[in-house]
Amino acid sequence: MMTNPAGRITQGQFSFLPDLTDAEIARQVQYGLERGYAWSVEYTDDPHPRNTYWEMFGMPMFDLRDAAGVLAGLKECRKAFPSHYIRLMAFDASRGVETITMSFIVNRPPSEPGFAVVREEGPGRSMRYTVRGYAADRPEAERYGA
Amino acid sequence: MMNAPLYAIPGAIASAAPASPSAAPPPARTVADVLARSQVESVLDELDRDLVGLAPVKTRLRDIAALLVIDTLRAQHGLASQAPSLHMCFTGNPGTGKTTVALRIAQILHRLGYVRQGHVVSVTRDDLVGQYIGHTAPKTKEVLKRAMGGVLFVDEAYYLYRPENERDYGQEAIEILLQVMENQRDDLVVILAGYRDRMDTFFQSNPGMSSRIAHHLDFPDYDAGELLQIADRMLAASHYRFDERAREAFQAYLRRRLLQPNFANARSVRNALDRARLRQASRLYAERDRALGRDDLCTLAASDILASRVFAIDTQDTTE
Repeated sequence: MMTNPAGRITQGQFSFLPDLTDAEIARQVQYGLERGYAWSVEYTDDPHPRNTYWEMFGMPMFDLRDAAGVLAGLKECRKAFPSHYIRLMAFDASRGVETITMSFIVNRPPSEPGFAVVREEGPGRSMRYTVRGYAADRPEAERYGA
Repeated sequence: MMNAPLYAIPGAIASAAPASPSAAPPPARTVADVLARSQVESVLDELDRDLVGLAPVKTRLRDIAALLVIDTLRAQHGLASQAPSLHMCFTGNPGTGKTTVALRIAQILHRLGYVRQGHVVSVTRDDLVGQYIGHTAPKTKEVLKRAMGGVLFVDEAYYLYRPENERDYGQEAIEILLQVMENQRDDLVVILAGYRDRMDTFFQSNPGMSSRIAHHLDFPDYDAGELLQIADRMLAASHYRFDERAREAFQAYLRRRLLQPNFANARSVRNALDRARLRQASRLYAERDRALGRDDLCTLAASDILASRVFAIDTQDTTE
């Protein structure tokens, strides 16, 4: 998503909605657990649309029964990276799927400046486009404030 | 930020009201109401029926169940009280039913709504303590996450602390365990189990652990009569039975076995019965041409039990 009228990055599920509360996150996580998904926590401060793989925070959590375990992992991650993007992902290990089935952002930095379109003139009249985040100018870990 | 939305997220909770139990049905007013809804009575009765002996344990379980029921009623009158700490310690000799009771407790707590899922995660030192620096904390945390919403049963918990090795990683696991026991009481119940004397030393060297455990339950040894009842139940569960003389023989067996070292209560009974089944099988196997009826296949005879080593030792002793 290049432009963003609400000033919020929209990736994954629920991202056009107001932020989920912890109780709502727990409900979503429990839904996934009841279907046998394994949850994992990932974080990044480079939420470029092409940045598919974020950093893992700990191992994916297999064999959980209750959402409290996932939320404990999420709280640890929030403590370590308060102004990073954090998302929860549910991995469905059943045969024929074996992929991420749910993914939503659960933590955002206080301000999200968004992305700019950069135009590059090529030979003749051709024009190449790329997208870069305004925050991406600064080095890693300093992009969205401390 | 954005304003409160005019739409509802499917599965979302209304943020203001903590509307969990009292929402739909009319509030429970009597103990009977709560019991009827939670069906905890049936679990307690099952416990009475299925488990022989263990009177002090059963009494304590009934007390805990009563407290949780009354707490439910109090909550409906807005009498908030802190969730009681239900971490427990089971001490007792081998084979006195510690693991079995832990499974039942998880069921009871689940029906009373104290734990959300009611599963039991059974672990020992190996599952909690790592092998190198930095290995223990993630390992312990992973186990704790798996146990959330249920019961964490730490068997032979005294192995966690090894005083003879000051660089042992067990202490780290204990600290993480303590922290979670204190801060996430709503999320899981921890049950430590082990032999009496070793657990006493364990608690002496970890006073913090002892004070965070509200219930210290001691599992008494079974006497001969209780062991015979246990044997009857084990046999019934696998569709066997004693004939009259075999029952007497097994009583005699128990009397002798109790005097010997390394007696592991119900576990020894199970092993003795397994051996008796082997002997019955070879007895029947030897009679090639006999037509075996249902009764023959089900019945353990006195000879199956009297062939035991326990009787042999005894006769040796008397001849000497």
